[in-house]
Amino acid sequence: MKHDLRPARLSPRDILRVGAVGLRARRARVVLSALGIAIGIATMVAVVGLSESSRADLMTRLDRLGTNLLTAEAGKDPLGQEIKLPRNAVAMVERIGPVRHATATADVDARIRRSDVVPEERTAGVTAQAVRTDLLAALGGEVDKGVWLTPAGERLPTAVLGAVAAERLGITRTGETIMMNDTRVVVVGILRPIELVPNLDRVAMVGFPAAERYFGFDGHPTTVFERSTDASVQDVRAVLARTISPGDEAGIKVSRPSDALAAKAAADEGLTSLMLGLGAVALLVGGVGVANTMVISVLERRQEIGLRRSLGATRGAIRLQFLTESLLLSALGGATGALLGAATTFGFARVQGWTAVVPPWSLAGGLAATLLIGVVAGLYPAIRASRLHPTVALNAT
Amino acid sequence: MTPSPVIELRDAGKSYPGGVHALRGVDLTVEEGELVAVVGPSGSGKSTMLNLMGTLDRPTTGTVRIAGYDVSELSDARLSALRARHIGFVFQHFHLAAGRDAVDNVADGLLYAGVPPKERRARAREALAGVGLDHRRSHTPNELSGGEKQRVAIARALVGEPRLLLADEPTGALDTASGALVMELLHRLNASGTTICVITHDNEIADALPRRVRFRDGAIVSDLRSGPRPGPRTEGAGSCSRTEGAGS
Repeated sequence: MKHDLRPARLSPRDILRVGAVGLRARRARVVLSALGIAIGIATMVAVVGLSESSRADLMTRLDRLGTNLLTAEAGKDPLGQEIKLPRNAVAMVERIGPVRHATATADVDARIRRSDVVPEERTAGVTAQAVRTDLLAALGGEVDKGVWLTPAGERLPTAVLGAVAAERLGITRTGETIMMNDTRVVVVGILRPIELVPNLDRVAMVGFPAAERYFGFDGHPTTVFERSTDASVQDVRAVLARTISPGDEAGIKVSRPSDALAAKAAADEGLTSLMLGLGAVALLVGGVGVANTMVISVLERRQEIGLRRSLGATRGAIRLQFLTESLLLSALGGATGALLGAATTFGFARVQGWTAVVPPWSLAGGLAATLLIGVVAGLYPAIRASRLHPTVALNAT
Repeated sequence: MTPSPVIELRDAGKSYPGGVHALRGVDLTVEEGELVAVVGPSGSGKSTMLNLMGTLDRPTTGTVRIAGYDVSELSDARLSALRARHIGFVFQHFHLAAGRDAVDNVADGLLYAGVPPKERRARAREALAGVGLDHRRSHTPNELSGGEKQRVAIARALVGEPRLLLADEPTGALDTASGALVMELLHRLNASGTTICVITHDNEIADALPRRVRFRDGAIVSDLRSGPRPGPRTEGAGSCSRTEGAGS
């Protein structure tokens, strides 16, 4: 007869139902303390989602722009003298085996003004460059208005403006003229922003022959651009400077414009970590809120605890009840937060024109964090509740 | 099956740290089917008695046997199981869960006894019918009168068919008419075989019960019965004995 007193175990359904009792009775408090968790989880999910979405967008952009473009720029030799790249630099680069495409630009000493009534000092921050007609194709640039330089146009006083240059000069249509030194030049085209080489957005571009003829340009390129096969970028990089100007390679700066975009993404990662940290702090504060709510809940419900003990609840059953309540509370916040975070990601990505990416691991991580917080926040109040002596609990006021 | 008394206290005492003796060596036996009043002024030790009889507390000296189990020998978990299966409580302030209907409240009486939900609700409806609240099933506590609330609480205590019903001042929070109804219900339940122990300070209520155990200063001062003694077979040894507190 002594052995039939085995306490019955509650079914999982009963555990959930009993755990939810306290939540249903105090809705406003439940909403507020779940909100703390929700804000933390939403922040973290949104930060991860946005950073992943932006990275995915960058990857597709890099894919489109290509990572096989290298530039070689004339710098200074060890004595501080400006290096001049040879006139035939492009032809020499084209001789490197894997190079498929080479072109060049050159600084041109010409002051640019909107018209001849603007004083010469006011150049509007737009500089002049001589460009080869194959530049646009090599960089993957696009014409916004008008046309690109043609083999005929590169000999004439005609210019194509970068997007920023056009805006600074106040030119919205082709056919308008600008002053380059004392020569009136017709704008035949305006470009869209060039993502890989944003410097060119602030430039007025003329053909090599025109630059030599009208602006006293000596024909030496300043920057050489080349595209090779993807696999041989490093090989080409190793020999590029030497090929262009043997002996001067120390003064030639070789770079890969796509690296700048990737570096920007890396810089964003620092920001992402910071935001994740903020999200974690919000989550921690939310967890403290849940713990606080649970402690108060236990204090207020001592009579209920006493009643349940008199109905035959074991200490374990009481502990489980309050732990479940805490878990449900934080899970409610976590689920709301995950939805909010995902919605934020989708909304922001849509505004940015990105494809929204919400990594499943961020949702799983959020859920795990939520459950962990639920247990940690609920453990102490639950243990306190279970240690309450039944008679003390019943007589509490 | 050996018939064991429902309640059996042998020299049971309860003292608290600081030298407070709430109960001094009490002997009391309650047999199956009795209806007993434990009566005394506040501070007389009757609440401590309730806690010992309800296994909510353990004696510091002597033994307490409830439904044949020695309370001192059981772990907290087993004591909980003992309460779940063999003891029903009725409190002065009902302790019903607000916002949940009568059936749910009564069904909670079976929650910790391992009864599946469907059966809990079915038996709760029966128990509610048994206390005459069939028509109030789906009402929440704040839609019920005080007397009705106490009847719901009685149904909750009885739904598990316990061997012992402990009622702590069951009419204390009720008006006279409702109180009378509740007492009438307890009489009826006793007539159908339930062992009931009513703890009260109200002599009028106590005097209406067949057996009255009076307390003062932690000891029994009188144990009187009127009318025929109920309960099953009794053997020579006085099954319903009382002794003055041994310690005093």
